[in-house]
Parts: sequence; structure tokens; C-alpha cells
Amino acid sequence: MQADLSVILPEIVLAIYVMVALIGAVYTSKDKLAPLLVWVTAALMAVLGIWIGTSGSGSTEAFGGMIVDDAFSRFAKVAILLSAAAVMVMGQDYMSKRGMLRFEYPLLVALSTIGMMVMVSAGDLMALYMGLELQSLALYVVASLRRDSAKSTEAGLKYFVLGALSSGLLLYGASLVYGFAGTTLFSGIIEVAQHGHVTIGLLFGIVFLISGLAFKVSAVPFHMWTPDVYEGAPTPVTAFFASAPKVAAMGLFARVMHDAFGHAVQDWSQIVALLALLSMFLGAVAAIGQTDIKRLMAYSSIAHMGYALIGLAAGTELGIQALLIYMSIYVAMNIGTFAFIMMLHRDGKPVTDIRALNQYAKREPGRALGMLVLLFSLAGVPPMLGFFGKFFVLRAAVEADMAWLAIAGVIASVIGAYYYLRIVFFMYFGSEGVEVETSRSPVLLAFFSAGAALMLIGVISTFGLEGAASAAAAMLVH
Amino acid sequence: MSVFAFYLFAISAITGGLFTVVSRQPVHSVLWLILAFISSAGLFVLLGAEFVAMLLVIVYVGAVAVLFLFVVMMLDVDFAELKAEMARYMPLALLIGLVILMQFVIAFGSWESAATVAQNLSQPVPEGRHNTEALGLIIYDQYFLLFQLAGLILLVAMIGAIVLTLRHRQDVKRQNILAQIYRDPATAMELKDIKPGQGL
Repeated sequence: MQADLSVILPEIVLAIYVMVALIGAVYTSKDKLAPLLVWVTAALMAVLGIWIGTSGSGSTEAFGGMIVDDAFSRFAKVAILLSAAAVMVMGQDYMSKRGMLRFEYPLLVALSTIGMMVMVSAGDLMALYMGLELQSLALYVVASLRRDSAKSTEAGLKYFVLGALSSGLLLYGASLVYGFAGTTLFSGIIEVAQHGHVTIGLLFGIVFLISGLAFKVSAVPFHMWTPDVYEGAPTPVTAFFASAPKVAAMGLFARVMHDAFGHAVQDWSQIVALLALLSMFLGAVAAIGQTDIKRLMAYSSIAHMGYALIGLAAGTELGIQALLIYMSIYVAMNIGTFAFIMMLHRDGKPVTDIRALNQYAKREPGRALGMLVLLFSLAGVPPMLGFFGKFFVLRAAVEADMAWLAIAGVIASVIGAYYYLRIVFFMYFGSEGVEVETSRSPVLLAFFSAGAALMLIGVISTFGLEGAASAAAAMLVH
Repeated sequence: MSVFAFYLFAISAITGGLFTVVSRQPVHSVLWLILAFISSAGLFVLLGAEFVAMLLVIVYVGAVAVLFLFVVMMLDVDFAELKAEMARYMPLALLIGLVILMQFVIAFGSWESAATVAQNLSQPVPEGRHNTEALGLIIYDQYFLLFQLAGLILLVAMIGAIVLTLRHRQDVKRQNILAQIYRDPATAMELKDIKPGQGL
């Protein structure tokens, strides 16, 4: 038991911290403590992230195989913890000023993070579901944190109802898989699937599982909730939705498909390829008409999930490596971009209309340049880091004999470049409009410039990202 | 006999589920839902899982369904309007439902479990132990982690309910118990000596 517990020590530390902080805040000054709690929670998460990243080695199973600690789960956990910490710190000022910062916010984010950590190291269908529910339930609550706003409440409710539906699909799939294999352990399922061919019943189970997971990563055709939730939720919460939960869901997706169904790659790879194809094109086309930058980022995230899914569809070690690299770069880009979105305001009210950026470059040349770098990177324009993410997944697709998917990816990225470049156009060549103010928060500026700088520096050195991703992928793919 | 009981419970569960969705009165829907729960509990009894069956009755019928009834009665929702909205999409929904149903028939018509499935299945109730004991052994031992995670999920649900609904209103007079306890005649009463024939 002790050996088992030491495997999930970071999760236990975080859970105990949440409970102590909760009691402490309730019995003392409540919401006045919130800014401090945000910083302490973020610091704890960052420390845990660095600890996990530097300490673990090899592959350990705990609780009878229900929890797996290997290079893959460590990679995902580091990405999750660091991005969650960054997003939380970024939003503190924004939320305090608008009276949205309740002391429960950092604690709910921390609880959700525990769920994500369980998700990426799940080795059992039941552990998978528990992690997923813990993560989602906390997300539903933070989505409707601004409870006197109809839009925020709608976002939370919509997310909750559709999320419950997707959980139902996932559970049904899990029950079919259990009916086939007689065990919920991934290690047991893969052993059973190895012996016989994949029956229609098992395939049915896999399809339902994929449907449930595709909802969580917001892949088309399970994406409908994304724009509404992104638009309605407070901006810092939207930034959170677009970072850590996406990494966790993608990590879980990859783990289930490879750990449990690794011998049936040719059976599920075409399903995932279709999800990827639809997501890339819908994300690229539907974003063109958007004027709200949060909705635009929602469609952008759908498209990006499409590219990441290419790596999964390839079904190879190279594909998983590409997926992990893509997700890391995507999170870095998103943190920078959302830091910029949070800076914009007019008379103290947040501004999300992209036309407000008209002539922005004349007033704030430095920030406009940083945003230009980030947008180019999101679009995948060659000198930026975003291009390398796309390059890795497309290469994986080509090497797995899926050249058609790679070609489709290139076409979708060209279409998608239009709406990113339209923002650049507004900033540099737009017509004179109502001015927008820029917040002088040093934290936002730090994350914004770090994000933009990373897009340029990353091209020279990725700080060992490739090596770590490759080691993680080697652990996962059989 | 048990086959007969199975079909009885199965049919009433499906009927209950169907009428939950289609009945016009929301209160009737909840009552049909209770029928579906009780039939499922019957199915659990047939499987030899008495404890789960009783839980289903106590928790779902006793608590959840009654809660549903309260919500339905308290919310002012025009269900007729919702139903009309639903009717617009009915043809499409029926088409999709039919396609999925046909696929289910294919999947279950040729259902085969893995050859080694029998080895993997652990015996649900070990010899000499009754249901509750067997469940307790597995939940607090093998599935200890999942049990704790379920606890965390419930904690999130509790925090969520408080965050989303609790409002501190400033204009409400609250009871201050400490002040009440420390009240004594000296602070509570003021004695006046009123002379006869004079007012205060």
C-alpha cells in the first residue's frame, strides 16, 4: 500500500492542500484571501510539476495496475501543472478587479487538476472515468462563476448538460468493452484483444469511448459546446479551458487508444483520422465569420485539436511524439494569446470584439508585434514555433502512409491562416475606430512576452521537448 | 420462473423508460422513472446483487426521484413549449435512432466475448460471504483509490453548489447567539421610577 501511495504522492499533496486551504479560507477572511490563495496554489502546482518532471523514472504500476506512472504520464502531468499554474496567476488581477475572484476558484482549479493528473495516468476504465468526472465537474462550476451574468450561467449549464451526455456515451462504451474483455484494466483488455480478432461488439465499444473522449477534446462533430462555453465563461476561465484540460483529455485519449487497444490500431485509426479531418476544416472555415475573439479562439482550438489528432490517427510512436510536442506548443501559444486578450479593456470592461483592435499597432507597437508573432505561430507560418508543431504531426501522418491526411492538413491550415492574419490586418492597416485601452498589469505582460518570445526562441532550441516527448511516446506505443 | 421474472422486469423497465420520455405531464414522467428504477432493482435481485438493488430503491427512488418531483413542481417551465420544439427535430431524431438501433442489432446479434473472458471475470460474490460484505471488501481494498476519488468528486459538487447559489445579503437581520447569551438584566432592562399621577 505504501508503495502504491508514493506513486500518487503529488496528487495526495495537492488534495490535502485543497482541503486545508478550504477550511482555512472558510474560517478566516474568505474572499479576501483569494488573491493569496491563487498565488500559493499556482506556486504549489509549479513545484509539483518540476518535482514530477525531475524525479520520476521508469514505469511503475500502482493499485493493481489502476494507476500507471511512466514517462508519458509524467510529460503530460508537467504540461498540465505548469499551464494550469500559469493561467491561474494570469487571471488573478483580471478577476479581482471585476469582483469575480472567489476563494473557491483556485481550489476548484486545483481539484480539477487532480482529476487531470488521474486521467493521464489511468490504467483502468474506472480510474479513467473518475478522473474525467472530477476534472469536468470542477470545470462546469468555474464556467458559471460569474453567476449574475446570463451568458456565463448559460455556458456552465450547456457545458454541464452536454458533458453529462458525453459521459453517458463513454460509460456505455466502457461497459461494452468490459462485456468483451471481462476486465476494466487496460493491460487486461490489450491482452484479450491480442488473441482474437476485433469483434463488432468491441468495435462498438471503442466507437462509443471515442465519442465520449472526442467531446472532451472538442473534436468535430462533438464540438458544439465549445464556442458558447468559451464566449460565456470569464476570460481567465476560458484561458484555462483552452490549456490544461485539453492536454489532459488528449493525453487520456492517446493512453486509452494505445494502452488498451494498441493491437487494433488499423480499426480505430480511420475513425480518429475522420475526427481530425472534420475538426481541421470546420475550425478553419467557421472561424472566418467570427468577430468575438473568444469565439474565434474556440474555433481555433477545435482546428488545433484536429491537428493534434492527426498524431493519434497515425498510430505510431512518431505520431504520439508529434501529438505531445503539438500540445505543448499549443498551450504555450494559447497562454500568450489569452494574456493579450485579458489586457484589452475599455472603461474597465473587457473588450472581445476584434474590430476594437483597429490601428492598434500605432498606439502600442511593441504589443502589436508580440501579438503578430503569436498569431503567425497559431496560423503555422514557417519561422515560428507553431509551424514546427504542424510539421511534426504532418510528418508522422506521411510516415504512417496517411499522406492524404497530411495534404488535407496543409489545405486547412492555409484556409485557417486567413482569420489569424485578418487580426494582424486590423492591427496594422485597419481603419480608425473607437480606441481600446491596454491594461498595464506586469503579470499579463510577462506571460504575453514570454509566450511571444518562446515562439521565436523555440525555433532555435526547444529545451529538450523533443527528447522528452520521444521518451514518453516510446513508453506508450506497443 | 426466473426467466419469466426477468422478462417481466425487463419489459417494465423499458416501458418505464419510454414513458418517462414521451409522457406529457412532467410529474407522470417522474412516476414512470420510479417504475424504471424499481424494475432495474428487480433485475439486480435476479443477478444476486441484493445490496445494489436495495441501494437503487433507497437512493434513487427514495431520494433522487422525490427530489425530481420537487424540482418539477417548483420550476415554472412550460413543458408544452419544449415538447413543440422537440417535435420539429423528431423526423431527424427518429432517423438517427433507427440507424443506431439497426447497428445495435448487428452488434448484439453476433455478440461474442473474448475467448479468455471467463478467466478474467472474478467471481462476483465469494463463497461464504454475503453481498454487503463482499462489496465492502472490494471497495475499501482493491478500489480504495476510486472510492477516495469519488469522495473528491462529491467535495467538488458541494463546493460547486455553495459557490453557485450562496448569496450574502446585507439587509437581512441575523441571529447573534453570543450577544443573546451575554445579555443580562443590566443591559436588557432599564428601570424607571415613575411617580404616581405623572406620565413618563
